[in-house]
Amino acid sequence: MTKMLTRRVLLGFFTIIIVSIIIFTGVELLPGDACTAFLDRDAFGKLLENCRENLGLNRSGLVRYFEWAFAALQGDLGVAANGTTSIGELVGDRLKNSLFLAGCSLSVGIPLAIFLGVLTGLKRDKPIDIIVSTGAIFAMTIPEFVSATILILIFSVWLGWLPGIVVVSASAPVQDFFPEIILPVVVLAMVMTAHMLRMVRSSVIDVMSGDYVQMATLKGVPYWRLVFQHALPNALLPAINVVALTIAWLVGGVVVIEVVFNYPGLGRMMIDAISDRDLPVVQAIALIVGSAYVGVNLAADMLTMFLNPRLRTMYVK
Amino acid sequence: MTDLLKLFLSKILSLHQKAWTVVGDIYSKPSGAIGLTLVIFHICLAITSPLFVPYDFKMMDASLMLSEPSFSHWLGTDHLGRDIFSRTLLGGREALLVTGVATPIAVTWGGFIGILFGLVGGRIDEFLMRIVDAFLSLPWILKMLLLIVTFGSSTFVLIPTLAFFYGIPVIRIARAATHDFVAKDFVSAAKARGHKRLTIILSELLPNVRDSLLVEGAMRWSWMLLAFSSLSFLGFGVAPPNPDWGLMISDARGFMSFRPWGVLGPVVALSSLIIGINLSADALAKALGIDRTQKAPV
Repeated sequence: MTKMLTRRVLLGFFTIIIVSIIIFTGVELLPGDACTAFLDRDAFGKLLENCRENLGLNRSGLVRYFEWAFAALQGDLGVAANGTTSIGELVGDRLKNSLFLAGCSLSVGIPLAIFLGVLTGLKRDKPIDIIVSTGAIFAMTIPEFVSATILILIFSVWLGWLPGIVVVSASAPVQDFFPEIILPVVVLAMVMTAHMLRMVRSSVIDVMSGDYVQMATLKGVPYWRLVFQHALPNALLPAINVVALTIAWLVGGVVVIEVVFNYPGLGRMMIDAISDRDLPVVQAIALIVGSAYVGVNLAADMLTMFLNPRLRTMYVK
Repeated sequence: MTDLLKLFLSKILSLHQKAWTVVGDIYSKPSGAIGLTLVIFHICLAITSPLFVPYDFKMMDASLMLSEPSFSHWLGTDHLGRDIFSRTLLGGREALLVTGVATPIAVTWGGFIGILFGLVGGRIDEFLMRIVDAFLSLPWILKMLLLIVTFGSSTFVLIPTLAFFYGIPVIRIARAATHDFVAKDFVSAAKARGHKRLTIILSELLPNVRDSLLVEGAMRWSWMLLAFSSLSFLGFGVAPPNPDWGLMISDARGFMSFRPWGVLGPVVALSSLIIGINLSADALAKALGIDRTQKAPV
C-alpha cells in the first residue's frame, strides 16, 4: 500500500515537472518575449538589450528554466511583464474567486448528480430515465456559452429575476458575489451534473446486476436497505474519478463561462494575459492549473484506493 | 511497401459493406436517426447554402439596423444591418470545414502513435504516457490561444493546431484499446512469424482497434466543434465579417436585452449540429458494440 502510494505521488510529481517543461519551452518557442511585449513598438536596439539584461533574458533558457522552476517550488511565481507587479498577488484573488465558483457549482452539482444518477439507474428505461437522460445529453453537449446565453435571455432579460453579469471587483469578499454568481453556478452545475449523472447511472446499473445484489434480494433484504447499504457504496466509487476530472476542468476550463459572465476568476485573467502577451503570467497560471489537475486526480486515485480494499492489494506483489 | 498498401486498400474496400449495416443500425433507433439526420442536413446545408442564401452575408444596410423579423428578413438584421437568416445559413461552413479536416488527421496520428506505443510497451511507453498526461493537464483553451495569438487564426493555422491537440487524447484511447489485444495469441503469432511492426499494426491491431477509434473520432469532432465555436465566441476564431455562429452569438449578445431574436438563429443552428454529432456518436458506439454511452436509453 505505502509502496504504491509513493509510486503514485512520484508519478504525479514527475507529470508536473513535464508540465512545467512543456509550458516553459512552449512559451520560449513562441516569437517574442516579456521585453518585446513590455516595450511594444520601442522593442529594438539598445532599449531591448537593456531590458533583456535587466530581466536576465539574455541568459540561456536552461538556466532560466531552473531558476523559474525552483522559485515556483518555493511559491514565488515571479513578476508580470510590466516588471513590477508580483504574480502571486495578481493570481491570489482570482484563484480564490475561481475556487469559490467551483465550490458553489460542486456543492450543487454533486448531490444532484448522485440523486438523479441513482434515480435513473434504478428506474432504467422508464419514462423518468428517458426524460432525465435526454436532458443530460442536452446539458452536456450544448456549448457552455450557448446555454449561458439562453439562461441570461430567460432569467435576466425576460423574467428579470437574476443579474446576467457580474460587476464585482476581483478583491471583493465572497459574499458580495451573490446574487450575481447564481447564473454562472447554474450553467456550470448543469454541465457537471450531466457528466456525473451518466457515470453514476451506469455504475448503479452495473452494480445492481451483480451477483451479490441478486443474492441479497433472494435472501429477502428490503429494497431500500439493499440499495443504500449494499449497492450504493460500490456504485459511487467510480464516480469519484469523474468528480476529480470535473474539478480539474472547473479550475481552468471555465474560461468561457467567466468571460460570458464577466466573472473575475483565473480563466478570464488567463485570456487577458494571453491577449496582452504577458508571458510570465501565462506561465504561472498554466503551472497552477496543470498542478491542480494532477493533484486533484492524484487525490481521487488515493481516495478510491482508500475506500476500495480490492485496489489496495491489486498491484502489490 | 506496395504489398502493405494493397493490404491496406483491400481492408478499406471490404469495409463498405459493414459500413452500410452500421448506418442501418444507427437509423434503427430514434435518437441515432435524429442525430444522423441533423448531421447530414448540416453538411448538405454547408455545401449548398451559398447557392440560395437570400442576401450577401456582408451586405450592410444602415437603415435596417437591428430590425425585427419580417418577410424580407426572416430572422431580422444584426447591429450592422446584415441579414441574420443568410448569416445563420452560412455560419457553419468554416467550422465544418476546419473540424471536418482536422478530425481525421487527429484520429490518424493519435491512433497510430497510440497503437505503436501500446505494441512496443515498456519504459518508452510509460514515459510517453506521462507526456500525454502533462498535455492533458493543461486546459485546451490555453494551448490553443497561445498558438493562435502568435500565428493568427486562419484556417491553415487552426487545422494543424486542432489536429495536433485533439490527437493527444486519442493516443490514450488507442493505447488502451491496443493493450487489450497485444497479449492475445494472434499478435504473438504474427510476431513469431517475423512480421514487421508496421504489418502487425495494420493487419492485426488496426482492425481490432478501428471501432474504438471511429467512436472516439466522432466524439473528438463534437469537442473540436465546441472548441472552434468557443474560440470564435471569444473573438479568437473566425475573423469578421465572415459569418460564424460563435461570433454571431457573441455579437448579438450585447443587444439581447431589447433584440433577443438575434441570438436565436445561431444558437439553434450550433446546438442542433453539436447535439446531432453527439447522438450519432452514441448510436455509432452502440451499433459497433462499444458501450461508451453506458447503457443510456437515448
